[in-house]
Order: sequence, then structure tokens, then C-alpha cells
Amino acid sequence: MKLTIEEVEHIAALARLELTENEKQRYAEQLSDILDYAARLDELATDQIPPTASVLDMQLRLREDHNRPGLSQDDVLGNAAKTQDDQFKVPPIFGGQE
Amino acid sequence: MTELTSLTVQACIDGLRAGDFSSVELTRALLQRIDSLESEVHAFLTLTPDKALAAAKAADDLRTSQPEDLPPLTGLPLAVKDVLCLEGVRTTCGSKILKNFIPPFTATAVQRLLDAGVIPLGKTNTDEFAMGSSTENSAYESTHNPWDTTRVPGGSSGGSAAAVAARITPAAFGTDTGGSVRQPCSFCGTTGIKPTYGRTSRYGLIAYGSSLDTVGMIARNVADVATLFQYMAGFDPLDATSVQLPVPEYTLPETDSLKGLRIGVPEEYFIEGIQPEVEMRVRAAITQMEVQGATAVPIHLPHTEYALPVYYLIAPAEASANLARYDGIRFGPRLGEGEDLWHMFTETRGRLFGPEVKRRIMLGTYALSAGYYDAYYGKAQKVRTLIKRDFDLAFEDVDVIAAPIAPTTAFKFGQHTDDPLAMYLEDVFTLPANLAGVPGLAFPVGTDSDGMPVGMQLMGPHFREDLLFQVGHAYQLATQWHESWPDVKILN
Repeated sequence: MKLTIEEVEHIAALARLELTENEKQRYAEQLSDILDYAARLDELATDQIPPTASVLDMQLRLREDHNRPGLSQDDVLGNAAKTQDDQFKVPPIFGGQE
Repeated sequence: MTELTSLTVQACIDGLRAGDFSSVELTRALLQRIDSLESEVHAFLTLTPDKALAAAKAADDLRTSQPEDLPPLTGLPLAVKDVLCLEGVRTTCGSKILKNFIPPFTATAVQRLLDAGVIPLGKTNTDEFAMGSSTENSAYESTHNPWDTTRVPGGSSGGSAAAVAARITPAAFGTDTGGSVRQPCSFCGTTGIKPTYGRTSRYGLIAYGSSLDTVGMIARNVADVATLFQYMAGFDPLDATSVQLPVPEYTLPETDSLKGLRIGVPEEYFIEGIQPEVEMRVRAAITQMEVQGATAVPIHLPHTEYALPVYYLIAPAEASANLARYDGIRFGPRLGEGEDLWHMFTETRGRLFGPEVKRRIMLGTYALSAGYYDAYYGKAQKVRTLIKRDFDLAFEDVDVIAAPIAPTTAFKFGQHTDDPLAMYLEDVFTLPANLAGVPGLAFPVGTDSDGMPVGMQLMGPHFREDLLFQVGHAYQLATQWHESWPDVKILN
């Protein structure tokens, strides 16, 4: 299958990725090639085959419900680009002035 | 005395215990070798010489003050792949988006070896977020293969494998999501383990493909890998996918006999297009094991050819979810914040992720998107079941499976960079083990006509790392390939 530039733009928007025009062109070609290759899976009849999400036959555990120390606020905020009043600082959600 | 940088893990431990040298002497020797070779090999993204020497001094002091109750690996230096968190040390995942990220905690697998007494020398180079087969996708620099610095070391644990091969660390952590321990081991002539999924904790491993990621170890021989793996493996309550099974004692045979062992040789791994010398060396290694008493049995893993498309749908799908957390708010640099939140997200991610990471995020996003989920991701999960069943069936007849790791020996820089599909084909023999979750042991079995290493992998049933270590060790008792090391040429 051949992905169009519009489809690439749609995927990039879903993935929150800004792409240059060159990148859009390149990814349209490369992703199309890879998806063509992936289409060989259609050779296999899998209607009766259960999907494998995990290779191990296990159930997720719940931890014991008791207090334990977490990361300090300084540790959590320490890698952020911007903070203010002990919180992450972000640009305005709807645009306009900060 | 033998040059300190040439020592194996076991020789380091023995020498430190016997007082032949101190941890400070050993660490200093390795740091000096790093100084002299790093400009050619580029194995490290972050070096921590001061921390390493301080830890070595503390280890030496502990040995003097508390000789009767020492942690077993006290004073042993090693390197950590830069996708594993190490508290207080820059951890970038080879990405600009985590430039200057300082983790506030340490990955469990690393912490266990720290508790056993090891000393980290620094963080080794990797393809960005462990996505790649050549370490060319690192946002910072490409690691060079110590056997021939015009060639790649493999990936994504290329920095770790190159560092071990160049004798600038006795061992190094690697991670293996689709072959990232085994393939660089093959390209660099080192020995490494990709464990059973769930055997080593993924806590503190910066996630790529959550149902595939494993934390492994690279060293110079099987005995060293087994020694280190003994301490790093095991259940971790902090990782929900960690398996609650006891870790057996990884005892190794004293003789090279493989009598009674049944080795499966899958026809699907010896395909057209494989470099003839790779096939020849792997088949010769199997013949060698027969000489040692094993029986080689032709087997079939009929869905092998589908592993590549399955992996390149499932792993990117998981990656697209895992990498959604890099948004410029909590970690790393931030771009495009002059307008609004949306612009900040897209510009930060669009400009700070590299081309391969963006390609996989887009592929995964597409495979999970409305209208395509069943056709791509759902279908891949079903075929993954068939691949896993192939292994289950094979292990009813044989003890281990022997196969090539990569179709070729180490290739030149830039050879596949314009053609992602060609690069992905390099992983064709390693991906099935990750999809089935089975362990794989990689070790050298010869060289090609250019003198480049050829590796072989042994795959075993879930949680049978012990068996892989026993077989690999017996082979290394009978052969010398693991004892060959490159003479790194300083070109400048």
C-alpha cells in the first residue's frame, strides 16, 4: 500500500510529531515499503489463533497496600525544563499570554 | 603480571581477592585504556572516572577493614548501557530528548550488581532508545568496531560490545529487545546473554518494547557472563512482569563433554543470502559440538520468516506508547513553547527524536490507529502465537537450538542507513527469540576472510539460561575463539 502525504501528516499529528516537508516525503515512501513487507502476514490464516500479548502465562500482581516513600518533589521536578512554585510549568493550553 | 585490562571478570575477582592488585589499580588501568582508545572506539556516552575511582577506593578500604564479609564482586569495574538508569549519572538513551537527564534512582538489574560490589565506569553508547542494529542511530556519535574501525559494532548495545572487545571494560550491561545483545556480540566477538523475558527486572530500563525488552550482560566468555548473571537475575517486586521463580545456581561443567545433548538446527536460519562464511562457521561450531558428544538434529521453525514483520509491528506499537511520555514537560529540553502546548509537544518531539525513532513511532501509531489495529497489530499478535508455538514444539525434541545471529559479519558505516528495511533484515535471526520470550546465548565461533568475528546463538526453553551457559562453556573449553581480541588501530 502507498501512504499519502496527508496520511503521514495525520499519523504525525496523532503521534505529536512535527515533520519537515522532506521528512513527510521520506516517511511516506519508507513506511509504505515497510507496510508492504508486513502485508505478507496476510498469507497466514489466523482466525482461530489467539493473540499473544505476553509470552509468559502470568497474571499481573498487586503490590501490598502499605505506605512507602516515593520520590521527593525535588527529584521529580529536577529534570523538568521549567518549574514554578514546585510545579511543572507549561505553556498555555489554549494559546495566548503565559 | 598480565596486563590488568586483559583480565576476565573471574581473573579480576581472583586477583582482587588474592591482593595481586587493588581495585584502584584495576580501575585506573581501565580508565587509562579508555583515555587512549576512546577517540577511535567511541564506546561511552558518559564516563564517570571520579566516581569510579572513589568507589574503587571504598572497595579497597572495605577489603581491608572487613575482609571476612565482603560482597562477592567487590571492586570489579564494569560499564552500563545508557538505557539503564544509574542514580545521579546522566542517562540519555542515546537521544537528544533525554540530554542531561539525571535519574533519581537506579535500575534493579544494575543495583543488584552494585550491591554485589561492582563499580560503574560510565554509560555506553546505544542506538537511540535501543532502536537500531548498528549504533549509528545514537544522537551523539557512532561507536566503531574495534576489529575494524570503518565498520559498525552492531546495535543497539554496540557501545557495550565494543567496550568489552576493546578491553576497556571486563563486562558491560546490554539490553535485548530484538537482538541488541546478541547481534553486537556477533559483530564484536564477545559473549552475551539475552535472558528469558521476565528473568531480569525491567525496572529502571527506559522502555522501548515492553513485551520484548530484556536486560542482559556482555563479557569475554560464558563463565564471566554466568557469574554476573547469577547476581543480576531474579524476581523484582518493582516490575510487574518480573517472574517469581528462584534463580538456580549457574554451575558450569569442568569437562567439555556434551554427551547426550540434542541440538536443534533450524533449516529456516540457513537461508539464501546469508554470508557463506557465516554459515560455514556456524555449521563448523555445531560439528565441533558433535565431536564433543552432542547430537545435531534438523528441525523446523516454520514461521521464522514472519518474525520480521511481526516484530516491526509489535515493537513500534509498544514504542509509540512508551515514548509518548517524552513531551518536554517532565524530562529533557523543551522547544517551541512560544505559542501553545500543542506546538511545544510537536516541536519538542519532532526536533529532538532522531529519524529512526520517529519512523518507529509513526509505524506504531499507524498500526494502532482506528481502522488498522486488527489488520496490523492484532494480526501480528496472532502470528506471534504461531512463532512461540514453533519453539514450544521444537523444545519437545531438542534441548537447545543453534543458529546464526546475523546474516553477515559487521558491515561498513552507512551501508544500510538509507534503506531501513535492509537494516531491519539484519535482525531476521534474532527477533524470533524475543517474540517467543526464550533465552539466547551469543558467542564467537570464528572469523570471516576479513578477520571479522562470526557469532552463533544458542536458544533454550524459557528459564533454561543454566543449560545455555553449560553448553556454551563446554564449547569454550574446547575452542579458543573467545580468546581472540582485536588490536585496536589508532588511526590519528
